[in-house]
Amino acid sequence: MTTKVTYQSGLEKFNRIKPGTNVLFNFIFLILAIMCVVPVLFVLMISLTSEKALENGYQFIPKEFSFEAYKFLAQQGHLIFPALGISVFVTVVGTVIGVILTTTLGYVLSRREYKLNKLLTWMVFIPMVFNGGMVSSYYINTNLLHLKDSVWALILPIAVSSFNVIICRTYFRTTIPDSVIESAKIDGASELRIYFRIVLPLSLPVLATIGLFLCFGYWNDWFQSMLYIDNQRMYSLQALLNMTMQNVEYLSKNRAFMGVEAAQLVANLPKEGSRMAIAILIILPIACAYPFFQKYFISGLTVGSVKE
Amino acid sequence: MQQRFGRLYEAETLLSGISLFRLEVEIFVGYEDIRHGENQGRCDCMKEIRVEQEEKKRTKKRWTRDDTELSLLALPTTIWFLLFCYLPMFGIIIAFKDFRITGGFWQSFIESRWCGFENFVFLFTSDAIKVVTRNTILYNIVFIILGIVVPVTLALMIGQLHNKRAGKVYQTAMFLPYFLSWVVVSAVVWGFLSIDKGLVNQIIQSHGGEGVSWYDTPGFWPPFLIFMNMWKGLGYGMVVYLATITSIDSTYYEAAIIDGATKWQQMKYITLPLLKTVIVMMFIMSVGRIFYSDFGLFYQVPRGASSLYNVTYTIDVFVFQQLKTASTGMASAAAFVQSVLGCATILVTNAIVKKFDRENALI
Repeated sequence: MTTKVTYQSGLEKFNRIKPGTNVLFNFIFLILAIMCVVPVLFVLMISLTSEKALENGYQFIPKEFSFEAYKFLAQQGHLIFPALGISVFVTVVGTVIGVILTTTLGYVLSRREYKLNKLLTWMVFIPMVFNGGMVSSYYINTNLLHLKDSVWALILPIAVSSFNVIICRTYFRTTIPDSVIESAKIDGASELRIYFRIVLPLSLPVLATIGLFLCFGYWNDWFQSMLYIDNQRMYSLQALLNMTMQNVEYLSKNRAFMGVEAAQLVANLPKEGSRMAIAILIILPIACAYPFFQKYFISGLTVGSVKE
Repeated sequence: MQQRFGRLYEAETLLSGISLFRLEVEIFVGYEDIRHGENQGRCDCMKEIRVEQEEKKRTKKRWTRDDTELSLLALPTTIWFLLFCYLPMFGIIIAFKDFRITGGFWQSFIESRWCGFENFVFLFTSDAIKVVTRNTILYNIVFIILGIVVPVTLALMIGQLHNKRAGKVYQTAMFLPYFLSWVVVSAVVWGFLSIDKGLVNQIIQSHGGEGVSWYDTPGFWPPFLIFMNMWKGLGYGMVVYLATITSIDSTYYEAAIIDGATKWQQMKYITLPLLKTVIVMMFIMSVGRIFYSDFGLFYQVPRGASSLYNVTYTIDVFVFQQLKTASTGMASAAAFVQSVLGCATILVTNAIVKKFDRENALI
């Protein structure tokens, strides 16, 4: 065994790229990595610069450090905390609902002997090719399902995706042996029991993958808010940032046409630094979490690419 | 024998009802026949198999308790699909109506006047649709080409680094933009491009140049949007291809090395052919979405600036603008065209791929 390992690493050493090429490649990747990380650090720096120093322009290294922006946000608690609450609620509830909806159907589709298997597979597949588009979804969701200005408009329409269902189906098919399910059946377990007691505990990796996809999706979602939420009280963090980043001049110019609430909001609009502070508030949890969860993402991507 | 059979019978009926009992009887009789006449043996075996197959077919057709329970399990998601995917699919016929909200959805739907192709005529006679369609398709063509070439090249390169840990660090860093929303990216871009305070203009001014009003400069945006798209999607694309590359059996390479293959040859004759399936799949999927665009990229990053209309508006941005300014007719017609053309392109691409290379087709 040991000889084999040394032999292999020897071969690998022999097969290595030239040191010069290696340095070049490292250099290229270093540049790319910096390009991907530095803009985020830049935003962090802006949020940590005092409002006075910002008047001269955004600086990479602040002339005057200050937590002014964050203090301002804390003062505007009535604006920030509800938004944070909505974001967290949507992320948590949405992820739970999404995982349940996705895995149940994924499991059912993984059972080859199920009579409606073909029908349901088509049901999942067709939306990948054809969809109703923005306009008709908008009218169905607002006028028929009455989701306008409701927190469920942020959760339900993006809870399930065909892609996730298929990832689940492939995972269940490839990792859960039929014999396990059969033996449970012989022991008299019902299908629901099999699913909750046997299949789910065996499938934690795929649950983590789907959960993460959904979790990041909900946390980062701003489009649903833009379409369905007019009431500022229902704004998530993303929607709040979106609104403050929209042309502030335009908003203040049109103050006369807005409701009292909106006008008040514009008056209290976060200043330059605070806007960036909201962005940091959004980025921070993601930036801290994703390096650890990366591998689940990657496993999801590769399972999805398996074709049957 | 009889006793054993009896027990078997009991167990089987408990499991799945009387039909299996009949099967058992027939099989049992079959075995008896084999004992009696050797010549008939084979024939009876065949009969036995046939009976079994018929039995399978019969049980396949019959609805069992398991099916009910599985249906129950699938029911919530099925309802979700009906409400959020299939209703809107049928809802696209509002493109043929002069849709006005007069109450609930069904009421408005029934009361709205059928207007035939009026919305479409209106849409196609406007200049806007030409511009936005051109933008959408041109951007997508560039995205598709770069979205395959660059990540594949980088994935091939990162696997060659001597220091594997450094490779992991680069990969993690490059994955970061993928996890940022376009709203956040828009804020980041603002930090660089803002007219009076942006970093870029400051640098230009400190070198004696004159600040540029980036958000009013159409020429700047096509390359910049392409860059932003690459920037955000690079880590993801690389990971997709890298995962496939690392799953390639290392013995292929070992054999090739022993035969004296150079790095270049290994890549050309082993890695790339094995990557083909994934590349073709990604290609079909992105070609199928050629009439769609990343709304966030084109709406958030240029901040919906109307002065950039000619270079940044895509079909999605157009539909959204129309929808928000309450001109449903054009919006629904554009969305209809987008859905139908999108569906057609994905089917056609798949059919073409299937013709040349059956294995790699998506459907």
